[in-house]
Amino acid sequence: MEKKFLAQKSNECRIDILQMVFNASSGHIGGAFSAIDIMTYLYFHKMNFSKENYLDNSRDRFILSKGHASAALYACLAHKNIFSRNELSSFRKIDSMLQGHPSRKTTPGVETSTGSLGQGLSFANGCAMALKMKKINAKVYCMVGDGEINEGQFWEACMTSSRYSLDNLRVILDYNHLQIDGFIEDIKNPSPSKMRFESFGFHVIEINGHDFDEIDRAFEEADGVQKKPVFIIAHTIKGKGVSFMENNVNFHGSPPKKEEYEKAMKELSDV
Amino acid sequence: MSEKKSLREAYGKTLVELGKEHEDIVVLDADLAKSTKTELFKKEFPERFFDMGISEADMIGTATGFASVGFKPFCSSFAMFLTGRVYDQIRNSIAYPHWNVKLVSTHAGISVGEDGASHQCIEDLALMRAVPGMTVLCPSDAVMAVSLTKKLYEYESYAYMRLPRNELDSLYQESDDFKIGKSVVHSIGKDITIIACGAMVSIAKKTLMRFKSMGIDAGLVDMYSIKPLDKEIVREVLKTSKGILTAEEHSVIGGLGCAVAQIASAEKRVMMDFLGIEDSFGESGTPENLFEKYNLTEEAILKKGKILYDKL
Ligand SMILES: Cc1ncc(C[n+]2csc(CCOP(=O)(O)OP(=O)(O)O)c2C)c(N)n1
Ligand SMILES: [Mg+2]
Repeated sequence: MEKKFLAQKSNECRIDILQMVFNASSGHIGGAFSAIDIMTYLYFHKMNFSKENYLDNSRDRFILSKGHASAALYACLAHKNIFSRNELSSFRKIDSMLQGHPSRKTTPGVETSTGSLGQGLSFANGCAMALKMKKINAKVYCMVGDGEINEGQFWEACMTSSRYSLDNLRVILDYNHLQIDGFIEDIKNPSPSKMRFESFGFHVIEINGHDFDEIDRAFEEADGVQKKPVFIIAHTIKGKGVSFMENNVNFHGSPPKKEEYEKAMKELSDV
Repeated sequence: MSEKKSLREAYGKTLVELGKEHEDIVVLDADLAKSTKTELFKKEFPERFFDMGISEADMIGTATGFASVGFKPFCSSFAMFLTGRVYDQIRNSIAYPHWNVKLVSTHAGISVGEDGASHQCIEDLALMRAVPGMTVLCPSDAVMAVSLTKKLYEYESYAYMRLPRNELDSLYQESDDFKIGKSVVHSIGKDITIIACGAMVSIAKKTLMRFKSMGIDAGLVDMYSIKPLDKEIVREVLKTSKGILTAEEHSVIGGLGCAVAQIASAEKRVMMDFLGIEDSFGESGTPENLFEKYNLTEEAILKKGKILYDKL
């Protein structure tokens, strides 16, 4: 793993995300910044996914169940040359291929449409089950939000993951402690999360979701797990990378003002 | 007169037939396989059958994952739990990303009977019609259910088909062909034509002679494809008939009647009326009791038809 390369990539992606949301005057920065390090690791190191093979059944799949972090996904796909980086400036605008939330029909490389929270893991399970039936040795990665898992369907899906021993599936929890109305602990606290997911039949690994060594170790460990789905609890920081956005719920779904944008851009450019 | 046959039995058997021919068909159910008859497929192809348990939302999502890898999934449950319960999953996980998932419900309408209103879905046609791009089918006999199940397999898009719990009169021959987007014209009336679907077709058929003896020339169209609707036939009916009466085992809000009215009213001046369940829930009782109480009978059709005729 080239840590420096990945750190640089994720920084470039953060700059693109900031730019996209500022251009569109709408979009979700906080949850994109908490997810982008892991997504960068998956897209630029771990996954068998490229311009050449992204339509082949043998590709690895990443499903962004927390679809509001779409800007992070689009930045990754653009940097993978699945589509041109020029497209990023059309994010959330009329006639754009980059819809507010991921849309399979309009954006190449998007595995399925998400945005209505709680549904991605069921899709990921279906992929993993179908790949096993076809004896295709590909992996399925599914990222969920810690607010998103308030949804009942997510827990239904967890039971499916373990019922079918989906060891080709890795669920990643973006544990940033914030949802729209505040701290997740004040709403429907998922803690104790490790115990909970273990009891649902997962092999659970806890990591710092911004440390590439820990990320790498977790996904390498996952590859050795058999007959169990893997659950990676990634401790993250909402808004990670820009000091005044970190742990600030105001940057969940509101775009930065001009001064904030400039300040944020300076912080990211100085990295 | 004619023999009664189960449409869900026909569906289950056809799935088995399809399973023998096609390796890419998978079937998902939500703990109602015995009732929906997907258990017939389960017995034959256990490795391609998935009982997702009582988690309809998860079933829908899992099916989309299967579709994405190249399988052709069929999902079944009761109409109540396969539509209203999972409207958002159908809209956002199946339709918006455009996955080839087939939804076949059983126990639609009030003919569910004794289980009562919590299980009597009378708004599934309205809900499914409203989903962008959704195809909506409501067969009227077992032969048609077989034919449409096979058509659904071949159809390269998402679709919904509703079947009743109880058996229905046999109306058609095995040699008859039923295409998605078409209808069966039994006759076109000089005065009125009844456009019906599902259980109401055979009931309406029995009224035609009775209308004649009342001096009313009535016709009947079996509009099994609610969406896409056979617009050509609606226009054809309007060339001859002065009035249209729709009949469905469904709420009068948003189902077949509304679909026909949308086409007919844009075409020419036409008097219409709508037979169905008025804005209310069903209740417990035998299917016969319920059809009586909720006006899904020959008598109710004759009465509405006569009032319509008198206004023409
Ligand atoms: C079913 C559904 N309900 C509500 C919303 C609105 N919504 C969008 S993001 C969000 C909060 C998500 O919080 P979390 O999963 O923690 O995301 P993150 O913190 O990673 O951004 C909500 C409620 C939605 N998109 N889908
Ligand atoms: Mg969160």
